[in-house]
Amino acid sequence: MTLTDTAATATGVAAVDLDGVVKRFGAVTAVDGISLRIRPGEVVALLGPNGAGKTTTVDMLLGLSQPSSGRVQVYGQRPHDAVALGLVSAVMQTGGLLKDYTVEETVRLTAVLFGKPATAVGEAIERAGLTDVAKRLVGKCSGGQQQRLRFAMALLPDPELLILDEPTTGMDVAGRHEFWSAIRDDARRGRTVIFATHYLEEADAYADRVVFVRRGRIVADGTSAEVKALAAGRTVRATWPGATEAELTAIAGVERTEIRGDSVWLHGNDTDSIARYLLTETGARDLEITSRNLEDAFLALTADEETAS
Amino acid sequence: MTTLAVAQRRLPRFGGFSPGMIGLELRRMLRNRRTVIFTFVMPAVFFLLFGTGGDYKTERIGDGNVTGYILISMAVYGAMLATTSGGAMVSIERAAGWSRQLRLTPLRPAAYVAVKLVLAMIIGAVSVAVALVVGAFAGAQLPATAWVFCGLLAWVCALVFAAFGLFMGYLLPSENVMQILGPALAILSFAGGLFVPLDTLGHTFATIAKFTPVYGVGEIARFPLTHDGNLWAAVLNVVVWTALFAAGAMWRFRRDTARV
Repeated sequence: MTLTDTAATATGVAAVDLDGVVKRFGAVTAVDGISLRIRPGEVVALLGPNGAGKTTTVDMLLGLSQPSSGRVQVYGQRPHDAVALGLVSAVMQTGGLLKDYTVEETVRLTAVLFGKPATAVGEAIERAGLTDVAKRLVGKCSGGQQQRLRFAMALLPDPELLILDEPTTGMDVAGRHEFWSAIRDDARRGRTVIFATHYLEEADAYADRVVFVRRGRIVADGTSAEVKALAAGRTVRATWPGATEAELTAIAGVERTEIRGDSVWLHGNDTDSIARYLLTETGARDLEITSRNLEDAFLALTADEETAS
Repeated sequence: MTTLAVAQRRLPRFGGFSPGMIGLELRRMLRNRRTVIFTFVMPAVFFLLFGTGGDYKTERIGDGNVTGYILISMAVYGAMLATTSGGAMVSIERAAGWSRQLRLTPLRPAAYVAVKLVLAMIIGAVSVAVALVVGAFAGAQLPATAWVFCGLLAWVCALVFAAFGLFMGYLLPSENVMQILGPALAILSFAGGLFVPLDTLGHTFATIAKFTPVYGVGEIARFPLTHDGNLWAAVLNVVVWTALFAAGAMWRFRRDTARV
């Protein structure tokens, strides 16, 4: 597979190629012009609040729904064909399991459908950590076990691209940890992974690249490091009547500024020196220093304009 | 390169229709105690209750006895229940999101429907076989050819109810679809003269009965025994109802696959 990926990169075939994709449901536009290229081997988080259009995008990648306009390609194929060929598989959020099959039978059925040998069944069960519960009825499995079963099913076709839609929703901390270590082990083999999530920590910890989605559009797209940089730094707020933009940006270490009435906001990494400067060289007073975290970056990037402060 | 990765991957033959899938599905169906009781046990019990009492064993019909006649009716009833519940499985699977999951596999929707039809016909065959074996030990008398042909016809004609079950399975998004269809089949069986002879119901009702879906199957299945009644009207009945239910199932099935 590594060979496949390297060659694919060389020839420039994208794992995923979304081009101006729009999806409308009646009057509602769920996805509003998303263009995105994902290279083979990338682990990408699709991050955004509920209703941002993540699941709609995932559905189109899997051929479960058709875009209203725009083009979707997966490894150069139409999504439906890519799914049928086993190039792409997915772990969906909920549903999709029959209670009266056992874990092992469910995986076996998937193997039959993909034309995989019986040996692939045990292997997938083992890799998903389900060996102990293989004979158990799906209806008697915990939420975490069911999610790992979906993972085992997704592994069976040995896909080039694995899509996870909010994979840890409803799992406890331990279950989430186990699930992600299974995914992480798997991603080391060079598989392309796209996961939709609204857990910032997950995006931060497991993705090489984070795509922020809000109201059906991509609002930011960068490496994890870039996202962290976006979130890093602190803010100094001060009361400084009559301050000008030029005065503020001239201060060493200031990256961004904001003036509202008598208040000024200065963003930067070295807020101590900014504060020292403000107190000693200017008339600013009432200083407050707050740190920004990923949450703030997330909110700033994904909140609606109307509700943003 | 990717074209190679694509080239190495093949679609399964017959759109994913395979004995492996049928085997697993069959195993799952037999695990459901309600299905087993409904389709295998109940028709045989009905036969023992209603077909073996009084003079039925000595009274003759054609070359057999009344017990044999009732046995065929009950075999038809069992085959109906079995094939309907086989077809209606799609309702449960849609409710559970399983149909959606299957769309993430190479299984083609038409192959899925074919698997369901085959399953319905397999359990239909078992149901008929169980009824006939019970009947043979409980005093049913039929000519040798009637044993074979009545059984075969009861089974083959039950295809109309496999189509009915599929149609209902796509129409009703319920987890307990058989709780609706069970009583519905019982009513249709009365209306179609399967539980009581039509001539005891009065002229008007007997005329209406000829247009209900169970009538044709019952008449055809009993024909090798009775050599009586209008066979062509019965065949027409079965063909028309099969076409109607199949068209209904097709219509809902198309909507279902187009929806998502």
